[in-house]
Amino acid sequence: MSILSKKDMGFLKDPLMDNNPIATQVLGICSALAVTVQLQTAIVMSLAVIAVVSISNVLISLIRNKVPSNIRIIVELAIIATLVILVDQVLKAYLYDISKQLSVFVGLIITNCIVLGRAEAFALQNKPWPSFLDGVGNGLGYSMILIVVAFGRELLGSGTLFGIQVIPDAAYAAGYQNMGLMVLAPGAFILLGLIIWVQRTLTGTVAD
Amino acid sequence: MASKPRITKAYTLGFAAAITMACSILLASAATLLKERQDQNVELDIKYNILSVLGLAENKDVDAQTIFDLYDNNVKTFVVDLEGKLVSGEIAEEIDPRSQPDLLPVYARQDGEMISAYCIPTQGKALWSTVKGYIALEQDLNTVKGITFYSHGETPGLGGEIDKSWFTDGFKGKSILNNAGETVSIHIVKGKLRGDEKGPEHLIDGISGATLTTKGLNQFIKTTLKKYEPYFKTVRGETS
Repeated sequence: MSILSKKDMGFLKDPLMDNNPIATQVLGICSALAVTVQLQTAIVMSLAVIAVVSISNVLISLIRNKVPSNIRIIVELAIIATLVILVDQVLKAYLYDISKQLSVFVGLIITNCIVLGRAEAFALQNKPWPSFLDGVGNGLGYSMILIVVAFGRELLGSGTLFGIQVIPDAAYAAGYQNMGLMVLAPGAFILLGLIIWVQRTLTGTVAD
Repeated sequence: MASKPRITKAYTLGFAAAITMACSILLASAATLLKERQDQNVELDIKYNILSVLGLAENKDVDAQTIFDLYDNNVKTFVVDLEGKLVSGEIAEEIDPRSQPDLLPVYARQDGEMISAYCIPTQGKALWSTVKGYIALEQDLNTVKGITFYSHGETPGLGGEIDKSWFTDGFKGKSILNNAGETVSIHIVKGKLRGDEKGPEHLIDGISGATLTTKGLNQFIKTTLKKYEPYFKTVRGETS
């Protein structure tokens, strides 16, 4: 019925909750803080990361038996960097305004520990198909946190979702105010901390 | 792992060369294929920025053609030299400030026969990067109508805030001339205005954490205004 075996589903689902790259491993939070002021940028960033991590996983998995181990990190980085520049070029051509808002953070996907981490920890030991699923799963795990944080920050900080006002004018008239803190980086830290707390309580993860 | 090749120096070098070649070919072809679209986006963005400082466009949620039409119908462009004289035969959009520093493009907002605002490009070094922007002046060539920075590489969240409206809105209504009619430009202060400074009509709230960026801005905006001063003087002379 399903094209994915149980094991395959595990590759996909594990990073969503039990082994979430942001919440459990606390990787890649630099960009998670920077691009989550609005949902729109967070989603574009998420798609970019999913694309990069899944494709890089596949490519690295394909060459895993060929790559000399003494230069493997630099080869991985070359592949990741190429993909990131490609994504950046495509964004500049098709989503120019969003790419301007994301500014350096698309380029910084290169240094996002999740991408290199998955290449090293998974793609080098596994076949392309599981590597692809692992990449998509980790990308989605990253995206999920990003989107939840962005949802909270945009709603509380600007009173909008996807740029559309959702807090009624009546609420503002009654004295409701947008929380300025949420637009700034500390707002993301606080939300992210709360999410990690909830996630760890649910999964029972204990940090050593 | 059965097929693991024997690793020799030559193999490693060859492998590295192959990967490098593949990556470069991929990137070069992508860049070439996407160039046209990207250039169009940049042109659109620049025209939108000019329209917005001139008060002709409020948001970018319209299609590209509307922006180009608005620009073609309402913006009159011309080029002046350092003495303030009109230079014919030059196209304002094609002036390269690096190789043609003596040619100054002007984008004027036309309302019927009348020119109601002037927009000039300004650019210069800030902390990390060259910042490019436009500054628009009202008809009196003294009051700032608007300012926008459309290209920079300053630190996001600090110097990068210069392209946000909360910062650029602070320029609106400020004067570039003092009481004696000399160009003193505007000045972004460190931190917020306390309210007891001299000449508050020239001062603008700064950005904390971006003092060096705004210092650069202060410098190059002043340099730009000084360059255009001869031209502005002739225009002011005509109207008063």
